[in-house]
Amino acid sequence: MPDPSLQRDAALFAPIAQTGRGFYFTLVVLGIAILWGAVAYWTQFEYGLGVTGLQQPVSWGFYVTNFVFFIGISHAGTLISAILRLSKAEWRRPITRMAEVITVMVLFIGAGQILVDLGRPDRMMNIILYGRYQSPLLWDATSISAYLFASTIYLYLPLIPDIAILRDHLGKHRFLYAVLAMGWTGTPRQQKILNRAIAILAIMVIPIAVSVHTVVSFVFSMTIQPAWHSSIFGPYFVAGAIFSGIAALIVAMAVIRRIHRLQAYLKPIHFRYLGYLLLVMTLLWFYLTFAEYLTGYYGNGPEEMKVFWSKFTGPFWPTFWGMVALNFVIPMALLVRLQHHAVGKTVAASACIVAGMWLERFNIIVPTLSNPRLPFPETMYWPTWVEWGETAGSFGLFILFYVLFVKFFPIISIWEIREGREVGLKEVEERLLTYLPDGTEPEPARRHTKVPT
Amino acid sequence: MALWGMVIDLDRCTGCQACVMACKAENNVPAVGAKEATRGRIISWMQVLTEESEERTRFLPRPCLQCDDPPCIKVCPVYATYRNPEGIVAQIYARCIGCRFCMAACPYTAKYFNWLRYQREAPGQNPDVSVRPKGVVEKCTFCHHRLQKARERARAERRDLAPGEYVPACAETCPSRAIAFGDLSDHGSEVARLARSPRAFRLGEELGTKPKVIYLSETEAHRRA
Repeated sequence: MPDPSLQRDAALFAPIAQTGRGFYFTLVVLGIAILWGAVAYWTQFEYGLGVTGLQQPVSWGFYVTNFVFFIGISHAGTLISAILRLSKAEWRRPITRMAEVITVMVLFIGAGQILVDLGRPDRMMNIILYGRYQSPLLWDATSISAYLFASTIYLYLPLIPDIAILRDHLGKHRFLYAVLAMGWTGTPRQQKILNRAIAILAIMVIPIAVSVHTVVSFVFSMTIQPAWHSSIFGPYFVAGAIFSGIAALIVAMAVIRRIHRLQAYLKPIHFRYLGYLLLVMTLLWFYLTFAEYLTGYYGNGPEEMKVFWSKFTGPFWPTFWGMVALNFVIPMALLVRLQHHAVGKTVAASACIVAGMWLERFNIIVPTLSNPRLPFPETMYWPTWVEWGETAGSFGLFILFYVLFVKFFPIISIWEIREGREVGLKEVEERLLTYLPDGTEPEPARRHTKVPT
Repeated sequence: MALWGMVIDLDRCTGCQACVMACKAENNVPAVGAKEATRGRIISWMQVLTEESEERTRFLPRPCLQCDDPPCIKVCPVYATYRNPEGIVAQIYARCIGCRFCMAACPYTAKYFNWLRYQREAPGQNPDVSVRPKGVVEKCTFCHHRLQKARERARAERRDLAPGEYVPACAETCPSRAIAFGDLSDHGSEVARLARSPRAFRLGEELGTKPKVIYLSETEAHRRA
């Protein structure tokens, strides 16, 4: 790479330019997980959902849990990136791309869970042909596809200048990059349009993202089942989604930083700032959970209490208290002090939260279905190898998509880092001056400064 | 327009399960086999539940309650389940995508799923009731095919449908005559009269689902009084 300005960011090209043994090893491991999932799904397609552990009262299990979980993770990206962009947080620059990629990749996996859950996947098109808009499932389909569309564009737009850099300097996959770069040359006019488009999209995706997890929660809260029919569910799910999304983002950051040696770009300060955000979300999650269960407990409806006790002391105590420990107790202990070992602590807390939020989804879905109103004989839902396989395959497929993206595109935005060095520094200084009392502001700066948001 | 309803007298029910067997034979409800049964996959449109409390134990035969405001139809994404003009909640097996949202939404757990392909067309089945494929939800239809048959017979004989001409298999079979069936909108019918009885109550009345299966029980009436 002859260009000296690119030489400085050579580490960002490295994952694309060179392919190590680790890459192939990862592919093999992911391939095994995906194969397991494929065999599981093939078996289910051939014989029916009977090969799973689902049964009469518990008609939804792992698949719907995975659906809510993956859609929740998707909030990592676009939403967080949009908020950071709009709030002009300068530390966002190395993070936004990897967050946005999570969203796009995981949305495919999340939406796929519903198709896996269908008893008649061959009739999937009925949803479009005979769709009934009164059903929350249709709201999900609409909201998720809108989010997928917006997120894909929101990922793609800031990628264009980087693709152009790859087209001009990498010498690999030249045709692919030439097509995707859409003739980007970096003229001021192009730059202006791009920045404008990113800003508009950043504002647009926020309501879409909020709507996505709200309507996912409506699948449950629009029924009259105990512990589902609750008006807090919309915000509760959105908060949980952002919570698990940030956690997933931190885990992804740590893994990429380690494998591709990007310590110079992803510094402890990034983990610390995201850690603070995670701490706030931990508290918010606990607050909403507390409000939800306390309201149920004081309402003391007999049906509600059956579900309540099945979680607190009944058969679901391990998943319930596991969730409380993983989502609140451990993260609180780890995140309150982040002056030292910020990376290790936030990553440990995030790994706990990702697992804990999966349990949270499970705890919402299965205990309610396990406690029907009428006196049916007691049953317990146990997943079979099919559900485990499908879950492993889903995670495998998500990680594979992510790994392939990192192989073909810069996972840290090269032009945004460069922009940070060249323009950001000065801009922040000027912006800072506008915050201060008038006397300290030098006259010429005012004309160039954009109005801070 | 008729509004078909059922009254089940719990004080008369002996829990003999004749209604359950009659329903299975009438509606080609598959026997899922012992292995599937232990996994909680029994399909039983009419199911006799045992309600145990400190004061008493009683049987509770539970068909689909044919709610007038059914929670299951509200959530169906493809119009596979709907309430027909005579109040019967139907399931279209050829339309159902098997998402099981209606099962999750039904407060009475009255809908069943074909987890596997439980049966094929075979001799000895009721030709009036379609055999369900794997992957769809099925439910009690108040033996709707019997209504169609009775109505066709009446039309052929150029007369109106007489009361008692259309009765589901469970009501027909009950040896202790605990199940009455008829038109709730006809003020003088037996079901309408029984539905007004002081012993009458509905399951989950507070849910606002307006079930058209009404139960009679002396103890329940006392408890509620």
